[in-house]
Amino acid sequence: MITMSVPRFWRKQVARYNLIGTHCTNCGAYYYPPRNMCPTCRRGGKLENFKFSGKGEILTYTVIHTAAEGFEKQTPYVLAIVKLEEGPSLTSQIIGDPASMKIGMKVRPVFRKLGQSGEKGMIYYGTKFVPE
Amino acid sequence: MRDVAIIGIKTTRFGEKWDVSLRDIITEAGLGALEDARVTGEEIDAILVGNMSGGQFIEQEHIGALIADYAGLAKELHVPATRVEAACASGGLALRQGIHAVASGLEDIVVAAGVEKMTDISASSASTALAAAADREWEGIMGATFPGLYAMIAKLHMHKYGTTSEQLAQVAVKNHANGIHNPIAQYRNKISVDDVLRSIMVADPLHIFDCSPITDGAAAVILAPADIAHKYTDTPIYVKATSQASDTIALHDRRDITTLDASVEAGKRAFKMAKLAPNDIDLVEVHDCFTIAEICAIEDLGFVKKGEGGKFTEEGNTAIGGKIPVNTSGGLKACGHPVGATGIKQAAEIVEQLRGDAGKRQVDGAEIGMTHNVGGSGATAVVHIFSRDR
Repeated sequence: MITMSVPRFWRKQVARYNLIGTHCTNCGAYYYPPRNMCPTCRRGGKLENFKFSGKGEILTYTVIHTAAEGFEKQTPYVLAIVKLEEGPSLTSQIIGDPASMKIGMKVRPVFRKLGQSGEKGMIYYGTKFVPE
Repeated sequence: MRDVAIIGIKTTRFGEKWDVSLRDIITEAGLGALEDARVTGEEIDAILVGNMSGGQFIEQEHIGALIADYAGLAKELHVPATRVEAACASGGLALRQGIHAVASGLEDIVVAAGVEKMTDISASSASTALAAAADREWEGIMGATFPGLYAMIAKLHMHKYGTTSEQLAQVAVKNHANGIHNPIAQYRNKISVDDVLRSIMVADPLHIFDCSPITDGAAAVILAPADIAHKYTDTPIYVKATSQASDTIALHDRRDITTLDASVEAGKRAFKMAKLAPNDIDLVEVHDCFTIAEICAIEDLGFVKKGEGGKFTEEGNTAIGGKIPVNTSGGLKACGHPVGATGIKQAAEIVEQLRGDAGKRQVDGAEIGMTHNVGGSGATAVVHIFSRDR
């Protein structure tokens, strides 16, 4: 089962729920998920939190038929790399008909349940995407 | 820096080995390699062992000490043993660390080994364990699987370059054809393009026959300074280059999803160190954890232009007898992929070929061979070049 302990999920909860990442005011690059060091400027970087619009497009995708543990009831599901309009890319699911997915398709974010640690465990929420 | 040679090799039969444990198979590989090199236990200076996840697969850490103990090298000889981990590149990295140790002059005789016991847990638990080689917090939690990540590479490769499912399937067909002639291979059966395309879809466009299997197995090689290698064997195989490169842990952070920049960089560094170019290489073992991975590998290492790997494969250039034979062992696909052992098995295959001992899968006149071992979806790449000539 792909799960996480409560503190591990909780400490990045705000970033997951609100698509908050990092902006380096030194080089101008944007990062999601958030980083503590700019990979380009390294120690010369100046980082601030940045809330992404969540608008982007599908860079590539797959339709998963053999699920990760804990995702069995969701098959077939669309897993994609979404390129956000500000620059960075992230991995998420696209909600919609798998047959209608296309590389380059415009998408927008939605707040959704990601999974659950067993019947009585924590419910994970986060950002998935839908076609515009 | 001293030149380093491989003086002994042994790979166990790969497969689902229900009747033996991790300590059984690594001991079999280690003792086999020592016998092949005619080295005694007293001569061993150090053991390096690649193992991705004893913790997840058999709930056993401290694998180095365990191996030294069960090989009879701990209690009286107290031989130092170190586990090396870089996910599926753990074996290649153990070899590289062993080469460092001998080249530096700090150690003389070093055992570089790799082992993984993957079938003691269910297939789905094994898949979850393997998923830990990707970014657990930002890929895994979203429902990413390893086939899913490589499927996204394949999808974009097809979109950008016109690579087809049939071309992907050709990789599996070719590697199974090679596996038939490898006595240690997990699968020794012929398959057709249709068999691959009709097999169940795991993550579109990858079918189950586009994926390497879950495997138990171990491999070991014995390293020695080149100056004393002839004391042990008539056919030492010399290490001409060892290189390693890193890239982002998550696939989504890569410069280009269809290129493993770690492979590109490790390849360049290895060619520079060996003062060789791709057309000097007689055969290569690449990391075909999925069929698309072999296509990316031959492109990224410079054997064919980016985007042309599918066509190159379809034309038969990577088969034994082709321009550049790729994965004569059967590769990860047919020989099997006990993750920590794979990088060592690749080296053992090249040594067997360069010695001229590869039987029906022998590449005629093989003088120089290369190995390419990848961790995760490409966050680590380890490349080695070997030669008959010093």
